[in-house]
Amino acid sequence: MSDATLAVPLRLNGLGKPGQRIDVLIVSVICVLGLLWGISATALAHDLGMRVIAAIFTIAFAGGLFAISFAGSKGNLAIDEAVYLDGVIKAGVIAASFWGIVGMLVGVIIASQLAFPDFLYFKEFGFLNFGRLRPIHTSGVIFAFGGNVLIATSFYVVQRTSRARLFGGLLGSFVFWGYNLVIVTAATGYILGVTSGQEYAEPNWVVDIWLTIVWVAYLVVFLGTLWKRKEPHIYVANWFYLAFIVTIAILHLVNNLAVPTSPWSSKAYSLFSGVQNAMTQWWYGHNAVGFFLTAGFLGIMYYFVPKRAERPVYSYQLSIIHFWALIFTYMWAGPHHLHYTALPQWVQTLGMTFSIILWMPSWGGMINGLMTLSGAWDKLRTDPVLRMLVASIAFYGMSTFEGPAMSIRAVNSLSHYTDWTIGHVHSGALGWVGMVSFGALYCLTPWLWKRKRLYSEKLVEAHFWLSTIGILFYITSMWVSGIMQGLMWRAYNEFGFLQYSFVESVKAMKPYYIIRATGGLMFMAGACVMAYNLWRTAKGDVAASEPITEAQEA
Amino acid sequence: MTYESLATFAQQGGSAYFALMFAIVCIYALWPKNKKKFDDAALMPLVTDNDAPLIVEK
Amino acid sequence: MLLKNHGIFERHSLILTLGIVLVVSIGGLIEIAPMFKIESTIEEVDGVRPYTPLELVGRNVYVREGCYTCHSQMIRSLRDEVERYGHYSLAAESMYDHPFQWGSKRTGPDLARVGGKYSDAWQVDHLADPRSVVPESVMPPYEFLKHKVVSADHIGDHLMANVRVGVPYTQGAIDSAAADLMAQADPMADSSGLQSRYGGKVNARDFDGDAAKVTEMDALVAYLQVLGTMVDFTTYKPETADNLR
Repeated sequence: MSDATLAVPLRLNGLGKPGQRIDVLIVSVICVLGLLWGISATALAHDLGMRVIAAIFTIAFAGGLFAISFAGSKGNLAIDEAVYLDGVIKAGVIAASFWGIVGMLVGVIIASQLAFPDFLYFKEFGFLNFGRLRPIHTSGVIFAFGGNVLIATSFYVVQRTSRARLFGGLLGSFVFWGYNLVIVTAATGYILGVTSGQEYAEPNWVVDIWLTIVWVAYLVVFLGTLWKRKEPHIYVANWFYLAFIVTIAILHLVNNLAVPTSPWSSKAYSLFSGVQNAMTQWWYGHNAVGFFLTAGFLGIMYYFVPKRAERPVYSYQLSIIHFWALIFTYMWAGPHHLHYTALPQWVQTLGMTFSIILWMPSWGGMINGLMTLSGAWDKLRTDPVLRMLVASIAFYGMSTFEGPAMSIRAVNSLSHYTDWTIGHVHSGALGWVGMVSFGALYCLTPWLWKRKRLYSEKLVEAHFWLSTIGILFYITSMWVSGIMQGLMWRAYNEFGFLQYSFVESVKAMKPYYIIRATGGLMFMAGACVMAYNLWRTAKGDVAASEPITEAQEA
Repeated sequence: MTYESLATFAQQGGSAYFALMFAIVCIYALWPKNKKKFDDAALMPLVTDNDAPLIVEK
Repeated sequence: MLLKNHGIFERHSLILTLGIVLVVSIGGLIEIAPMFKIESTIEEVDGVRPYTPLELVGRNVYVREGCYTCHSQMIRSLRDEVERYGHYSLAAESMYDHPFQWGSKRTGPDLARVGGKYSDAWQVDHLADPRSVVPESVMPPYEFLKHKVVSADHIGDHLMANVRVGVPYTQGAIDSAAADLMAQADPMADSSGLQSRYGGKVNARDFDGDAAKVTEMDALVAYLQVLGTMVDFTTYKPETADNLR
């Protein structure tokens, strides 16, 4: 240990005296206040949902306090500025693998419910119905899986590119555990019917407030690490991460404004209503895609692809232009979710125009990512992890081409409200977000656990094909069913009447819903293979059939 | 402010703002003097001895 | 190389953060702020009123069960939609919807004008066991709503919270919220107070076929039956300048 062990984590100029652990103090105070609130809310709750959520918070805060005092008594809270903080990143890798499988499993279940409604519903209780499980699937894969991947990779990247240990001492762990507490309480709420009723923003008001606290800590940790950096320039991956953190904060705060019926009730009424609510919701919803699922994961691309390919990004200048054009343009695109609705038409047109413009920065980024491999294309044959990363960029290009097309009013009049949208989302979510995350996890695990390489590269290969074929099943079935729905709804017979009743379109979907569920199952199976591979890698095992080569030994 | 003037302002203003911002970013990114800085920055992920933070003696 | 400018806030990262905030907030502001110039966003129509306490409880069941994940409440101004579902939706019709439930997916049909299209009995049977009425349906069953008794304990709080977000419930409506809640689903009750507060058109009857208790099924059906029925389209004139889009 060096002298740096004594460094004070939160002691920016003038803040706190040497030796004071402000980080421990802050986290402890939050836990104590949270514990007091949790006990009162458990006792006074007006409804079951609030009581259960408050009880989970109570247990978590008590556990947090216990963990802090236990770690403190063992001397484990000391900060060594000479090493990177990697424990919390390892935890993030494990959490991401776990939540990924949970979220995908729920997805397979709800896809099967639509294919086989007779088997998977229960008359006597509501908590396993499609409407309650669907937010668990969406939040599970986006916020639980994606969020943990983003927290883990951003902590890894910001430390390495700043050449500095993560800022904020205990705050890093606070962000990780606090964020996962958001996920547990939100998901429990969904099952019990506690929801705000706004897509992708379903957590109720208590969880929203807690997420705000955690997110502020996340921003402080991230910015603080940048402040400590030993390099003059902030690497571009960090720009994307920072845009993701800052923008999600803005979106979250505005879209979730609500008035609870009582401090002890889980129910709140959103501040906005009707058309204003529609506008803020899709401004939120579209930019959750833009900044959570795109900007954050582009941060991964800009670090992990060059690192894995062992060559710098194709054009750093292009990455700067990509960054600013992307974050500017995304913000305007939300209204394309509301074509032909009661939203004023000029806003619809504006949303459509910028959605089409958005195609350019998206493809700029895709080209930049793909061309990073120029001169090293042979690596695609030998490195299945790199192949996964490259495939994800290709899917990114595909779905960012499809998206602007679907935002055109005439196309949207057919595609909106149909499965086409679901297919589009999944080509982005499974192909881009999923595969770039898998690639990052495959990179991170050997690096963090200090292994020479993964347990098995053949299993990565198997995962790659399971995912790719699963995605193809998924999106092609949704294209067919979506376009078919759109056409059936607007079909007229020779007498000028609508040709099909609605339920005829439902009936026609059955085979496609079965194919979709199969595709999802394959994708989930791939994630299970990955989890097994990562677990064996962390244990230090090497597949007997794939002995370590000399190159890997070096 | 009427509905029409609002719509016009939003659309033209938005486009102008976009063009302006895009121009500034392109100038910054392509400015010849910045080239060296960016080329160095692009190598940041590839630093090999990065398994520990850099400790600078004061 | 160490940076010179280690103040409390390091310069580059702060500029970057500020730049991000500036760039991302403008687009949202330009699109969202004008929405609150209500006169130009929401047309003036007669008939749209706040939900009765029973309808509000039903609406909360609708939100709680995630009905919006499969049903839209927004009829677009397209020929086939208008013929299938009725007059295209007006902004005014969801002005008291906190949160809005326009939806984004039609796994099931649009519900913006489902009110009055089916009998209460059909709605109850269909909700309890969708495939007993529509064999091809993929909708989950909601039998359990029949057994969940609605409590009027905190209904006043719910109306108050709605007032705080801008729904014009009167003090009288808040004071008699519990009574109104029970009266609307009770065929024996005197519904004159309810009608004086929410208009003569308000549906007051036993909705779920079980007059002994007020259940969530009563509430949900009461909500479904009022959807899209508030505006009288025989007198609504979309051609006035205000309503042109």
